[in-house]
Amino acid sequence: MKRLKSLALGTVAAGALMAAIAPARADEVVRIAYIDPMSGPFASTGRLGEQHFRFAIDRVNASHAAGNRTFELVVMDNEVSAEKSLTLFRKAVDDGIHYITQGNGSSVAFALSDATAKNNRRDPEHAVLYLNYAAVDPALTNEKCNWWHFRFDADSDMKMKALASYIVASPNIHKVYVFNQDYSFGQSVERAAVAMIGNKRPDLQIVGTERVPLGKVTDFTPYIAKMRAAGADAVVTGAWGTDLTLLVKAAADTGFPATFFTYYLGARETVQAVGMAGKGDAQISEWHENVDAPAIDRMAAEFKAKYNENFYYWRVVDMIDTLAAAMKQADSADPLKVGRVLSGMKFQTPLGPEEIRADNHQLLQPMYVSILAPDMPHMFPGVPLGFKTIKRFDAEETRLPTTCAMKAPG
Amino acid sequence: MQEALFVLLNGLVYGLLLFMLSSGLTLIVGMMGVLNFAHASFYMLGAYFAYTISVGLGFWPALIAAPLLVGVLGVAVERYGLRAVHRHGKLAELLFTVGLAFIIGEIVPLIWGRSAVPYRVPALLDFPAFTLGGIQYQAYRLFMMAVSVAIFAGLYAALARTRLGLVIRAALTHPDMVAMLGHDVPRVFTLVFGAGCALAGLAGVIGGNAFTTTPGMAEALGAIVFAVVIMGGLGSIPGALIASLAIGLIQTVSITLDMPLGAMLGHIGLPLDPHGALGQITIAHAAPAVPYLMLVLVLALHPRGLMGARAD
Repeated sequence: MKRLKSLALGTVAAGALMAAIAPARADEVVRIAYIDPMSGPFASTGRLGEQHFRFAIDRVNASHAAGNRTFELVVMDNEVSAEKSLTLFRKAVDDGIHYITQGNGSSVAFALSDATAKNNRRDPEHAVLYLNYAAVDPALTNEKCNWWHFRFDADSDMKMKALASYIVASPNIHKVYVFNQDYSFGQSVERAAVAMIGNKRPDLQIVGTERVPLGKVTDFTPYIAKMRAAGADAVVTGAWGTDLTLLVKAAADTGFPATFFTYYLGARETVQAVGMAGKGDAQISEWHENVDAPAIDRMAAEFKAKYNENFYYWRVVDMIDTLAAAMKQADSADPLKVGRVLSGMKFQTPLGPEEIRADNHQLLQPMYVSILAPDMPHMFPGVPLGFKTIKRFDAEETRLPTTCAMKAPG
Repeated sequence: MQEALFVLLNGLVYGLLLFMLSSGLTLIVGMMGVLNFAHASFYMLGAYFAYTISVGLGFWPALIAAPLLVGVLGVAVERYGLRAVHRHGKLAELLFTVGLAFIIGEIVPLIWGRSAVPYRVPALLDFPAFTLGGIQYQAYRLFMMAVSVAIFAGLYAALARTRLGLVIRAALTHPDMVAMLGHDVPRVFTLVFGAGCALAGLAGVIGGNAFTTTPGMAEALGAIVFAVVIMGGLGSIPGALIASLAIGLIQTVSITLDMPLGAMLGHIGLPLDPHGALGQITIAHAAPAVPYLMLVLVLALHPRGLMGARAD
């Protein structure tokens, strides 16, 4: 009996030893914790993100872009809660994970950025690098910036700068109405719009601003009536999801002819709800399906074949590719070394040159103002409209002054 | 003048829509005394059923079939669920419907996916019926109003003027007596619950394409529907209509008022710092909260609601 027990123990020990040795012989595995909603009302957004990450990671692993390292995604469901995210962050650190990524909700992003900074100061052995792919509150790379946080999406001020410069340069737009959801993001969009559009041309003015509670309004007709009474010929909005869908639908149903300048018009359900009346409405994005970039077209086709969903987050692929390149260059998976390479890194993408600013770790990437137009190569299912670029901005043109005063560690 | 007419019309449209959404719940609450928290979920099911049917057969068959399907589902829920829970009291019934709302809320995205389905207004009604002040009124909106008025007239007539209505109302207050007289009281309740669910389904068929058909639609409307029913007085059909129209009109009017709260309350002599955070909020900004403010006021001043006969 005793012998049997020791034999069993020996087998277990040998197994554990082999398990410990095995990864060292093969590639080094770099785990990336993906902390985003996997359940609750925003689960669809979180799952779409997860598919893009799996896709981007598979590409990097297949092409050995990170040298002899392979990436592995660890999915963690935060239900868009800051507290839940902090618990998951702790768990990731305890599991020896050095890379985290998140995108939905700036409140979550603030909590994670803060936790990353504190953790890395107290425990440099278990340092974590935070890759933000979609939380766009400008404060994250300004007054609340942190050396360990890298953002791969343009912040809401940079997007507004691009939209505003297009609006200011359009002689047909005279009266602009600013409409947003009432929380930190909507408020910062409103502030930026008023600052960047108001008084920029003698015959251009802001005729109204309005904020509504997130997801609480069913019938937007009275709001459209108000915009109409104010004589608005353009509406600038950071609204997203059902709120945006209902807003543009109410405009279409009531025959309100103003052009909508949006951040998030590209959602399939929004375009399908508004139908042909959406023709001419605009969005700002870092990529859309009709941008002339065959390399990304191939990716989009591959993604669609694999997941039967439209390719949406080009920036996730951009981010994972850049991380892999930085790791290869640093010849290490140590987040401090990789972070040093990423900081100030310049690189080429199918859309043009990009740069990660050394002073606040914000990615500068080309941006596109595009409108829904007929007869495009790629169109929405059921609605013969697709995005058409009307203005492209080089990465450098999106640069804004920063108040960030972060210090490099060490 | 035109402005005022315009606000009035928008308020009327919204008010009638609210009535359509809450009529089924008023029926169930009033005639069965069950606070059905799953009501908005049946509304959602109506919209999804209608979408699926309209893909194959078009909108008009869906308009008939989807509410019937939801009604049958409601009958099944009452017969095999609610009736068993009934003897454990009101709280058990309420918790049962809360659970049901969660179950429907999880099943819908499993079947139809998490993003909105492309359920569209029928082409026959998708044109501007008339234009007022530069704003077009879609023919579908008028159709919605007509259906809502028809529901009111139908319900009111059925409950107040028919023998069936008499039995239903009697079954609520004197179930034993009604049973003695040879009526099957549980069956009456099953019918009422089914009819209430069918009305929710009908609202879903009509509201789902006017707005959006998403897994979040039940959650978005659940609260306002309860505000209408409680404000109108539990179970009063005319009360629900008045409450719906009042909410619709007052909310629409509030949206047009850009006066800061501080300044307005100053006019009527209430002290609120006009430069403080609360004083700076405009009335328009607070508009989505107005229905709930009205609900609190009505309950404080007249706990039975506007037309409620009972205080329970």
